[in-house]
Amino acid sequence: MADVTVDARGLQCPMPVIKLSQAIMSAETGNTIELISTDRGSCSDVPAWADDMGHALKEQFEDSGEFHFLLVKS
Amino acid sequence: MTAEVAEALEALQQEAQPEQEKMVLVAASGDLDKAWPALILGTTGAAYGMDVTIFFTFWGLGILKKPDAGVTGEDWRQRMLSVFNKGAPENLGLSRLNFGGMGARMMKDLADKNKVASVQELLELAQDMGVKLWPCQMTMDLMGLDRDHLIDGLDDPAGAGSAISLMKQASISLFI
Repeated sequence: MADVTVDARGLQCPMPVIKLSQAIMSAETGNTIELISTDRGSCSDVPAWADDMGHALKEQFEDSGEFHFLLVKS
Repeated sequence: MTAEVAEALEALQQEAQPEQEKMVLVAASGDLDKAWPALILGTTGAAYGMDVTIFFTFWGLGILKKPDAGVTGEDWRQRMLSVFNKGAPENLGLSRLNFGGMGARMMKDLADKNKVASVQELLELAQDMGVKLWPCQMTMDLMGLDRDHLIDGLDDPAGAGSAISLMKQASISLFI
């Protein structure tokens, strides 16, 4: 179970990454953050953002049209 | 002794802290289809932890105008300009297929339906995220705009020199 869940379903670019960045900013190191989005662009944007920011992307999968990402704040 | 150690530690920490990367965007267009990407990239840059500055110049300055700025300037040409170039996010038109504002209206409705954040929302978000919004002083003078005609929470008006100084240090600079 994630420490924080960010529900960005229905939101378009750039909002999923922005909501995720805001949630991670207020989280603590080691916290797990789950992002759920429906914006297909997130599939490439979230890994790119996480890689650049140094946060680990532990899991990424699609489930009935929703994209799930599990990150750990560094 | 403890004070000295603390001081030395602080100096070391400051040294170790990498300087925040900078992004500079020049928003030179008052078209809806240019204001949108400028603000999307600006807010996303802030989400990357970058120190983002958007420099609003020429028609782009209209994005920062208050919707009720009204007729501005002393010169009759400035006053006429303010009537035909209302500015403010809600009055921006499309660079193509605008059809006297009908195209822009349809595009905004479509964006709304698809839950794309509006220019107005992105502008507020940018301010919340600490994006610096610089109005161009020369454009303000040229168009007869005062600080009161522009939205609140902007940085001090600046010129090309300030923009270039910042761009020299920035890892991303875009003219939109």
